[in-house]
Amino acid sequence: MRKITGMVAMLFLAAGCGGSESGDSGALVVYSGREEELVAPLFERFEKETGIEVEVRYADSAELAATIAEEGDNSPADVFFGQDPGSLGAVSDRLAELPEEILARVDARFRGGDRWVGTSGRTRVIVYNTDALSEDDVPDSVFDLVDSRWQGKIGIAPTNASFQAFVTAMRLDVGEERTRQWLEGVMANEPKFYEKNTPVVEAAASGEIAVGLVNHYYLYLVRAEQGEDTPIENHYLAGDDPGALVTVAGAGVREGADNRENGERFVEFLLSDESQRFYTEEAEEAEIPLVEGIEPKEGVPSLDELSGAGPDVDFTRFGEELERTLELLNETGYTS
Amino acid sequence: MRRARGGRRVQVPLALLLPAVAVVALALLPLVYLVLRAAGGGGHGLELLWRRNTLELLWSTGLLVVSVTAASVAIGVTLAWLVTRTDLPGRRAWAVAAALPLVIPSYVAAFCLLGALGPRGLAQQVLGVERLPEIYGYWGALAALTLSTYPYVLLLTSAALRGVDPAQEEAARGLGTPAREVFRRVTLPAVRPSIGAGALLVALYTLSDFGVVSLMRYDALTRAIYLQYRSLFDRAPAAVLALVLVALTALVLLLEGRSRRRTHRSSPGVARRLHPHPLGRWTLPALGFCAAVLGCFLVLPATVLVVWLARGLERSDWPWSETLNSISASALAAGAAALAALPVALLARRHPSRWTRLLERLSFTGNALPGIVIALSLVFFAANYASPVYQTLALLVFAYVVRFLPQALAGVESSLAAVSPRVEEAARALGRGPVVTTVTVTVPLIRSGILAGAALVFLSAMKELPATLLLRPIGFDTLATDIWRFTSVGAYSEAALPALLLIAVSAPFVYLLSGRHEPEATEHG
Repeated sequence: MRKITGMVAMLFLAAGCGGSESGDSGALVVYSGREEELVAPLFERFEKETGIEVEVRYADSAELAATIAEEGDNSPADVFFGQDPGSLGAVSDRLAELPEEILARVDARFRGGDRWVGTSGRTRVIVYNTDALSEDDVPDSVFDLVDSRWQGKIGIAPTNASFQAFVTAMRLDVGEERTRQWLEGVMANEPKFYEKNTPVVEAAASGEIAVGLVNHYYLYLVRAEQGEDTPIENHYLAGDDPGALVTVAGAGVREGADNRENGERFVEFLLSDESQRFYTEEAEEAEIPLVEGIEPKEGVPSLDELSGAGPDVDFTRFGEELERTLELLNETGYTS
Repeated sequence: MRRARGGRRVQVPLALLLPAVAVVALALLPLVYLVLRAAGGGGHGLELLWRRNTLELLWSTGLLVVSVTAASVAIGVTLAWLVTRTDLPGRRAWAVAAALPLVIPSYVAAFCLLGALGPRGLAQQVLGVERLPEIYGYWGALAALTLSTYPYVLLLTSAALRGVDPAQEEAARGLGTPAREVFRRVTLPAVRPSIGAGALLVALYTLSDFGVVSLMRYDALTRAIYLQYRSLFDRAPAAVLALVLVALTALVLLLEGRSRRRTHRSSPGVARRLHPHPLGRWTLPALGFCAAVLGCFLVLPATVLVVWLARGLERSDWPWSETLNSISASALAAGAAALAALPVALLARRHPSRWTRLLERLSFTGNALPGIVIALSLVFFAANYASPVYQTLALLVFAYVVRFLPQALAGVESSLAAVSPRVEEAARALGRGPVVTTVTVTVPLIRSGILAGAALVFLSAMKELPATLLLRPIGFDTLATDIWRFTSVGAYSEAALPALLLIAVSAPFVYLLSGRHEPEATEHG
């Protein structure tokens, strides 16, 4: 019996070496829906710069949003670092008001009221296989994708938050009826469905599809894995096309958080010139900085160039509008 | 021959009843959570159920469960018979190797199948063909799930085949019954409960799996549940869909329970082995079958992983602490699950009644629910009512026990069925109390079953991902979360190392499970 007790104690100890106990340690707790591979360097820098210890829980954004909702007032989370306006909107009534000087760093259209603030931007693009198409062949508007010449050549991730946000934007921009017609028109071309953006870009690279509707930065991730000569390129869409939607990842501090002040410091840090430059100089995925005066990576359009691009829509409405979007996707056969 | 329910009626000792009830009550927490959430949504969730094509989802889920179970039984039973009952050359090596796919997480299996047979995959590059048949959808899901579940049937069936009294088969053969008839009328009925138990584990696994159906883009209930959680932040509809899944599970359990009732078991008179069945001219086809199964289900995925590893090794760090974390959390889960299974199994087997059987069946709920449901339910209960344990290793281990209790039960019950209650009755007659009897007589007798159940739980916990992600202590990375971390950004070459390590660490347990300590069948004729 004593042997068994000893073994159990040893296992707990062994496991304890790997994980740090959360709770009273005073460390800043961040729930990150953004991938560790992409944002871990930011956390390290923040720790080094401020001496504040950070504990990060990485998981899917929406699952973390659901977790925060289930935890209620007992949530250990101080900061929620979300991948998309949808999951940020879902927890926004549990987030505290951010100080004015933090909010002021970012244009009002990239904020969720005063509860969360966008930290990096991305735009929807058409990714295409350069062996199959030249840039001129790629349509400048998503509305051209209903043409029968794209039969069997389109890749979409209909269950992914970024595609759903795009459809919501289209609904708000051109109305329900035209959106439905577009969805039905594309469906008639028998698009291929994928789970997320990355597999869509991979499919474009392999030639399984010719064009895919994705966020711009996945191209860089797939190139990092498959090599710089991978035959894929982004095509940025024309001005006011709904397909050129600009969305954001963002962060907010939880109402009632133990470390509210440090949480705000962290959000502020994400919006510092230095952190914003991280996306342009170091990060593989080349997102678009949201703070004025910081230029994106070469080949990626800047906010100024994108200004007026995409539909003029209010992110804070995405949460309430999502249900109708899902119904529409369900009715047109994109999801079950 | 005897029937388990034979003997006089003994009152159920409280020392057994209380822990059993406690275990089942805890295992039912996810169900309680679902009911709370579904009810909290008012009619909203139900309404959605009617609007959505729930019937189609039920059909596609049912189809997948039935096909995966059928394929697993066909492959598992054939292999089990070949490695235990025939003179197949090298059958002890085959026995271990054929069980090895159990250590490959099904989502890794799916990645590998896609990497090998998917568009522009390895097969296309090697064969130089333009197109391969589409792997996405039903066939891909069937292949990946069969790969990771048929070993359940194989392991439980071969254990049962080893335990069957050879005298019956010899008697049948002596009466001139042809070999095929002996198998059908004597051997098969004797091992049917074990095949049923294995099939049950396969069916429950298929019901709860999300990784494969999502990668293979097959519309199953779990996928719909995840999509609800991920895109609609109202949790009521997802809870309603999950309850539909629970209903489907109840149906599966009912079917398995029926097949079990019509069987009885005999214990071997003496411990000896049956003379192996000569394969003769069937030797080559049998070898071909084994090689084909292993080629598809073990060599193929392993090759893909090794190719990926070669591509990304210089970028990978050795995940030592992740390995240690995986092992310790899984080992604790294995021990705890075996401990929790013991009273439930003893109650169901030694005091069979409608109530104890119901209690045992209820403990299966957790196994068929997708990990996200288990995770969120425990997040809710622990964060609000047990905050000291929230986000600790203890809660993670508890989640594993809730998810994998049936696997521990399968091990304990199968060995319990082979031990005559007369032995325990003798101990009781000699004045020992029920608890002392259990600890000093029963447990040592069924040690191998307890170990087998614990090993199954260990292997499952090593592979578990969705609940681990949400319930682990912050910073507690495991091999499974490491694989997720890389595959979620498409960095397969870096995911290969943790995947191969997971397989390497788990493999010895399969060796343990595949009954290596059995004497060679030919030693005593």
